[in-house]
Amino acid sequence: MPEKIIDPLVIGGRVFASRLMIGSGKYAQDAQIPEILRRSGAEVITVALRRVHAQSPQDNVLAHIPPNVQVLTNTSGARDADEAVRIARLARAAGGNGWIKIEVITDNKYLLPDGEETVKATRILAAEGFVVLPYFSPDLAVARKLADAGAAAVMPLGAPIGTNRGLKTRELLEIIMHEISLPVIVDAGLGKPSDACEAMEMGAAACLLNTAIATSPDPASMAEAFAEAIRAGRRAFLAGLGAQNLQAQPSSPLTGFLHNG
Amino acid sequence: MTFLTELEKYQSTDWNAFWQGISAARVQTALGKSFLNPEDYAALLSPAAVPFLEAMAQKAHALSLQHFGKTVLLYSPMYLSNFCTNTCTYCGFNAANKIPRKQLTLAEVETEAAAIAQTGIRHILILTGDAPGKADVAYLLGCLQVLKKHFLSIAIEIYAADQADYARLIAGGVDQLTLYQETYNPRIYDQVHLKGPKKDFAYRLAAPERAALAGIRAVNLGALLGLDVWRREAFFTGLHADFLQARFPALEVSLSAPRMRPHAGTFADIQPVSDTDIVQYLLAARLFMPRLGLTLSTRENADFRDRLLPLGITRLSAGSSTAVGGHTQPENNIGQFEIADPRNVPEMQAAVRAAGYQPIFTDWHAI
Repeated sequence: MPEKIIDPLVIGGRVFASRLMIGSGKYAQDAQIPEILRRSGAEVITVALRRVHAQSPQDNVLAHIPPNVQVLTNTSGARDADEAVRIARLARAAGGNGWIKIEVITDNKYLLPDGEETVKATRILAAEGFVVLPYFSPDLAVARKLADAGAAAVMPLGAPIGTNRGLKTRELLEIIMHEISLPVIVDAGLGKPSDACEAMEMGAAACLLNTAIATSPDPASMAEAFAEAIRAGRRAFLAGLGAQNLQAQPSSPLTGFLHNG
Repeated sequence: MTFLTELEKYQSTDWNAFWQGISAARVQTALGKSFLNPEDYAALLSPAAVPFLEAMAQKAHALSLQHFGKTVLLYSPMYLSNFCTNTCTYCGFNAANKIPRKQLTLAEVETEAAAIAQTGIRHILILTGDAPGKADVAYLLGCLQVLKKHFLSIAIEIYAADQADYARLIAGGVDQLTLYQETYNPRIYDQVHLKGPKKDFAYRLAAPERAALAGIRAVNLGALLGLDVWRREAFFTGLHADFLQARFPALEVSLSAPRMRPHAGTFADIQPVSDTDIVQYLLAARLFMPRLGLTLSTRENADFRDRLLPLGITRLSAGSSTAVGGHTQPENNIGQFEIADPRNVPEMQAAVRAAGYQPIFTDWHAI
């Protein structure tokens, strides 16, 4: 009997114990990936189809991913919904598992996603039976459209990708977590384990990390640190954070007279 | 609006005053910014920035790690034809040079492509001279059919074409365009392009825009350093990249900083370009456009290429030959220019790994 998972994360009918997801790009060696997965316990890894060439031994990151880890193919390089859909279909035709992270980037200067095209691609691919996880700028209207279009989870960005700047979009993420019933996975921009911890305390279902781990001098240790921070943040969220008071409680309250005598 | 309009704004610039007017304080302001404008870029290219090269290098390295990680793409050039009707005084394939001319047959393309693919290379850059009726679009489309069997991404470095021809080539499998303006100085351009269709400065300048309108995914720009003062060329190449990125936000824009190399024929009046100048140019470009691709060819020697890698290089050529059929026909040894880094693909892989980076071969699939 497999051990029962306490507080499982469920996406597309699959149950995960870990709430850390990792990317597979930017590593000095793909051979580092198994150790990073092992040390962090991450169970989902994104892989850009554009970077995979199954016939080239030196360019097959998939060969470094153990079979129990869920591969989430992404549509990196897609410039519109049509290209994202074609990439997703190519991935499935190549033996993919039907899980697709939609990235549609029409802005190559900042790599910010195109919400409109992302919604379109989500609708088409969800209808074709893909488990669709769209990456988008945290905009509540777009999040609602993605949910309506059949997304299995939504992946708003915490800061522009690759910047390691932390939860710069915090207020907008909080609104989305409050309003959208799908799992909200904070993707992009998280630089420190404390950023991921904070996202989890806010109620994120999971965090996806790549740059902060891959470009660290010690990627496996950094991945482990993120995993611990994510566990701590999640535990705090479940325990219920104490309400924060903006001001000290006054010793002479202004409305105290209502209760006097 | 084409980039020519931008370029013309600088027509009456007093360049000595322009560069001398930039102070160390102005450089520091540019160095401290996250969003740089063309004036900031000029500051980083100026003589006043030379004492700040280490600080620029640290920032460029950090930005490159963030945006591209510890990876660098390896590609190979493949020369299809050296027939040319242009008389460009700096080029070994100059029509006036008495060299053997050759154009690969489709069978030879197959052999050459298979030999390159055998090394692991998946991104190929195909090159031709400019000879209507020889390496024309029909010939290239035939080559593309063969090349698609061996490579995942095909870039072209050919004559400036019109939008319809770019569209045909893209439909045939091309996803990237490399097109060097050679010089952004129209007067020098006119002097070094003696005869032939390439003499039309404005037509060549607008070629990347035509390719972008036709739907090309990526464009690689460059000035051939040595024709004019390098700072001016670097400034305009960066401005050109910025112009294209603003006009075509989805376009992947990259640049090269090719220095003139020895070649058949003569070109005497070369402007000096030192290693320090190349470093300053690449660093300024990285800081100006953090997502800009930076391509480094075998015009530079092995040691210098290895040292430039961590400053922000995103693409390196490997196993290069600049001769037509040079990968499989050793008797064809007259190249467009002499390469300075003869390392083959395994040697380049080892060098990239030794620098702490992952050499990658696959970064696109035709979709």
